[in-house]
Amino acid sequence: MTGRVVVIGVGNPFRRDDGAGPAVVEALRADPPKDTLLADSDGEPGRMLGLWRPQDAVVVVEVVHAHPGRPGRLHTLTAERAARCAARSASTHALGPGETFALAAALDRMPRELTVQAVEGADFRLGCGLSPPVADALPHLLRQVTGAIADAHDRLRHTGGRPIAHQDTA
Amino acid sequence: MSHRGSRVLRLDALARVEGEAALHLTVHDRTVAEAQLRIYEPPRFFEAFLVGRGHGEPPDITSRICGICPVAYQMTACQAIERACGVTVDGPLAELRRLLYYGEWIESQSLHIHLLHAPDFFGHSSAVELAREHRGAVERGLRIKQAGNAIMERLGGRAIHPINVRLGGFYRVPAPAELAPLAERLRRAHDDALETVRWVAGFDFPDADYDGPLLAMRDPGRYAIDSGTPAVMAAGADSDGAPVRGFPVAEFERHVVERQVPHSTALVSELDGHHYLTGSLARYAVSGRWLHPSALDAARAAGLGDPATGAVCRNPFRSIVVRAVEVAHAVAEALRIIDAYEPPSRPYAAVPPRPATGCAATEAPRGLLYHRYAMDAEGTLTLARIVPPTAQNQAAIEYDLRRQVQSRLDAPGEPAGDEELTALCERAVRNHDPCISCSAHFLDLTVERG
Repeated sequence: MTGRVVVIGVGNPFRRDDGAGPAVVEALRADPPKDTLLADSDGEPGRMLGLWRPQDAVVVVEVVHAHPGRPGRLHTLTAERAARCAARSASTHALGPGETFALAAALDRMPRELTVQAVEGADFRLGCGLSPPVADALPHLLRQVTGAIADAHDRLRHTGGRPIAHQDTA
Repeated sequence: MSHRGSRVLRLDALARVEGEAALHLTVHDRTVAEAQLRIYEPPRFFEAFLVGRGHGEPPDITSRICGICPVAYQMTACQAIERACGVTVDGPLAELRRLLYYGEWIESQSLHIHLLHAPDFFGHSSAVELAREHRGAVERGLRIKQAGNAIMERLGGRAIHPINVRLGGFYRVPAPAELAPLAERLRRAHDDALETVRWVAGFDFPDADYDGPLLAMRDPGRYAIDSGTPAVMAAGADSDGAPVRGFPVAEFERHVVERQVPHSTALVSELDGHHYLTGSLARYAVSGRWLHPSALDAARAAGLGDPATGAVCRNPFRSIVVRAVEVAHAVAEALRIIDAYEPPSRPYAAVPPRPATGCAATEAPRGLLYHRYAMDAEGTLTLARIVPPTAQNQAAIEYDLRRQVQSRLDAPGEPAGDEELTALCERAVRNHDPCISCSAHFLDLTVERG
């Protein structure tokens, strides 16, 4: 079966900057990239693991905290790095995307490649709308995601299904 | 660490996007003086901003209270407003609503069983560690959960915050052929669910019991989820045929009284002046005899006694077994509904407004959920009241924590260290699957010694 490019915007648009991922996916929907599946997710693992198949190339768009942080700074992370950065799983109620990647790896259910395109957030209070630094960064994040989608399609066409290694960048 | 004098265990929240809670435990001379579950997430004022909205809006607005159990809020809001407007939804529409609710139960309960609760029984800190050792069980849990997701997507329009629910029914109802793929998935999920009951029944359960009253909806002949009236099994009752006392849902607020406490932004509820428990253990005690036959058999084989004769389970650690039985029941009932499904003649019944007040209660996965609304002649809401299950369980969880920590402190042998008590408290809280705000993160330990 041919692999697909799957873009997943993770986050909650009602928690301000946490909505950056879904905002990017929404922007992509205005002019959908060819042969690309666009999806939103709250990061819940059961649903997220169901969004991809082993042969797919997955681009996750996320907002992150960094310490020390610089809101609006962009990052490209591998799944392994994102899983390592995940907060300790202490919830009574849910897992986050980082734990979801780690869980997928433990279950041998990772896609052939998965990268996280992320922006550092500043404001996670209740409400809609991005903070100024994240809003300013959104076009750049969108370009970064669009580039990642094109690269993923190229690799799917040329690598015959071999996994691709990625470097973390910031 | 000394057990003489006083010490305070403060389990603080990890900063995350949603949901914040903490536990504050005070111990004086090996006696637990106080346990406070501190929910300090900013109040979300849903009750206040529902006032002034149209009577058709609460199903969508209140579904946003919870990302894990939005259907519970939708179903309860619909019933309360329909009751105010004198409309009863029954027949195939009621069955479709129940099917959607079962989808949520399957999804929510299987998530908690396999990814959140089970790691505690193997000493693992996370589902990831559990998956490395018990991959088959975690895969099975995800399969069951995805069957619930599929119901939500098919019937609700999407898996998160379904959008197909409206007063009187649905915006669109499915053709039988659209439900057929769900049935295939659910048949596999039923086998998986029964296997999960067998799996969790083999866990090692610490001795514990919750001896307070149990509150759940009761509808004789049915394991109540969206019907019936509130019923109470008295404190300490744990034998076959224990008396159950009921009251009309319209009297809910006379029996269940909420009060503010300084340590939490959630209101704390008491039932006739006493802490009480709602949720899986309460449902099983009140309605266990009406489980689907396959779930009844699974419960007996799992060592829960015979629900057909009124068996009661009061051990919060065993709630994982009861949840697994409930998943088996929900899957079997979902299959029954799909197999018998004939599309309704119309997707919804009209619910014209009138000046009235209506209330309703249903069984969210983590317990009884109550709504009350008042509206004027145009359908503008003049009052909204919502009592979620976690607020009802908060006092019982604190009581359970005090007892479990005290029991550990009284045990002979090595005194309990802070790390052990932290783990014990986290387990005790998880036993009750609280919904702090739907994504609560908590429990980092600080020790202060007096």
